[in-house]
Amino acid sequence: MYSLPIVLEATLNGLLTGAIYALVALGLTLVYGVLHIINFAHGAFLTAAMFAVWMAVTFLGVDPYVAIPFLTIVFFAIGYGAQRFVIGPASHGDDGNILLVTLGLSIVIENILLAVFRADTRTITTDYAFEVVEIGPLLISQARLYGFLAAVVVSGLLWGLLTRTDTGKAIRAVAKEKLGASLVGIDVRHIYAVTFGLGCATLAVAACLLMPIFYVNPRVGQAFVLVAFTIVVLGGMGSIPGALAGGLFIGVVESLTGLFFGDSLGQIGIFIIFILVLLLRPSGLFGARA
Amino acid sequence: MMRTYLPILAIVGLIAAIPFAVTSNTALNFVVFVLIIALGAQGWNLLGGVGGQFSFGHAAFFGTGAYVSAILQVRYGLNAWIAMAAGILLGAAVAWGIGFLSFRAGLRGSYFALVTLAFAEVLRILANAVPITGGAAGLLLKLDIGVLNLQFASRAAFLWLALGCVAAGLVLCRWIMDSRFGAQLVAVRENEDAARALGVDVLAVKLKAITVSGALTAAAGCLYLQYFLYLDANIAYGVWISIEVLLAAMVGGRGLVLGPLVGAFTLHGLGDLTKQFAGGIPGIDLAAYGTVLILVVAFAPGGVLGLLTRLWTRRAAAQPAGGRA
Repeated sequence: MYSLPIVLEATLNGLLTGAIYALVALGLTLVYGVLHIINFAHGAFLTAAMFAVWMAVTFLGVDPYVAIPFLTIVFFAIGYGAQRFVIGPASHGDDGNILLVTLGLSIVIENILLAVFRADTRTITTDYAFEVVEIGPLLISQARLYGFLAAVVVSGLLWGLLTRTDTGKAIRAVAKEKLGASLVGIDVRHIYAVTFGLGCATLAVAACLLMPIFYVNPRVGQAFVLVAFTIVVLGGMGSIPGALAGGLFIGVVESLTGLFFGDSLGQIGIFIIFILVLLLRPSGLFGARA
Repeated sequence: MMRTYLPILAIVGLIAAIPFAVTSNTALNFVVFVLIIALGAQGWNLLGGVGGQFSFGHAAFFGTGAYVSAILQVRYGLNAWIAMAAGILLGAAVAWGIGFLSFRAGLRGSYFALVTLAFAEVLRILANAVPITGGAAGLLLKLDIGVLNLQFASRAAFLWLALGCVAAGLVLCRWIMDSRFGAQLVAVRENEDAARALGVDVLAVKLKAITVSGALTAAAGCLYLQYFLYLDANIAYGVWISIEVLLAAMVGGRGLVLGPLVGAFTLHGLGDLTKQFAGGIPGIDLAAYGTVLILVVAFAPGGVLGLLTRLWTRRAAAQPAGGRA
């Protein structure tokens, strides 16, 4: 029915898209691991980052890949501020409240973007958007390949940051035992904000990698964030290797269900996996913690 | 005993009088829409406000009510009242099913919010793809005015119908909250483990709550269909309705019987005001909703009603004791 090269190509494409999904999920899982909350504003921040890339390319003529360092810093600052001055103070430390505040934040960000940019879908044009790399009989989009490599590099950097630096140690300490961490002199609110900032910074990278192959409109983040939730749950909430593996897996599942059942049902595979994992194994397929 | 129902009677009477004072179609449309949202929000409030289980996917119940009612009328020519009853019943059944799966798996907090969101999305994608729902083209209910068809020539008549449903919902919620089941539900919200230790069957209580909650929100979906006579997957199962009902309940005052009604009026009043000030900028009213949600969580956890009660008691306390003999 389907020839092997087509299935192989779909699988490979799924892997490449999955890497970018993984990057989006990475920020989400990091925030969950430390703050133990689901950041519903994650998708809205991604949309904002994608518009930032679009503006940088359209108005300043910057290449999206060149914009990565700059936007990463900007979005780290935005995330830090959001947690320190909005989410933290507004939620009084209650989990249910954090859920609602991030939901409120996502509604605000999305609709301000809608008010400013209107509902139009926008794209950027790059010289390399249609360039391909040949691997045997398979054709791989260059932009997707860059995205894949960058996702792996960023995950590595994040892993290094968490395991090798003092800030990383502090983040892990707060994640494990908040009270103990504050007793040994760690400023918990600062670490919370840093973590949230890091989550947003990974989104900035993801946005730069996404824009050459995708479009942006004020609602685009919603689609990604639902996929990202699935990945985070699948990989075990708070686990970075889990997010990577989960992202690649989901990318392949989406690509293959799309191939076999058509695009309109392509996403349903993801949600069914999501529900099944939540119901049967909420600690995730790769999560060690129960 | 009757006194607990007095506030409900007062506010329902007030709204029932609106068509006598206002005849503008825009104003009546506004009230009807707000009442539909308020009814859906009452469903959310029972589970989320009273029971503390935050659902982000009440669209699953709203949409099921609306679609079942629409399919029975359009495809099988059934009477609108029976179709509505079936819609409410199936909405409750879907709610029980989702509740059974997720509560039995022990999901709470963020996990429960996520899984309800996912269920609603699955239903949305399905409704968009299968033929019986009309797919992406949606379902159009034939315009056929008549009480039997639940369609009215005057907006005032529909307003009273919607208000009747809201009133029934309010009485039901008040009665539940004064009952043993209501007390158990609050206990589950405050501390699930402690409630279980005291002998409360937590799973059964949550299931009962989500089923009634689903029925109320499904009723709102049926009313929406009868008023607008059109449905598609993004309306019926869209994220917008899940958020609308959550916002109305939260802003009005979570866990309070009149909270959803007050919240729906406050939010949409505010939304219309913002729209008038900001002109035709899209999304500006929703941005205002989001801001209000954050402000409510930050400064007024009891919502608008909580705030009003606080002001009221403070004024009462400030008055000299002799003045109120």
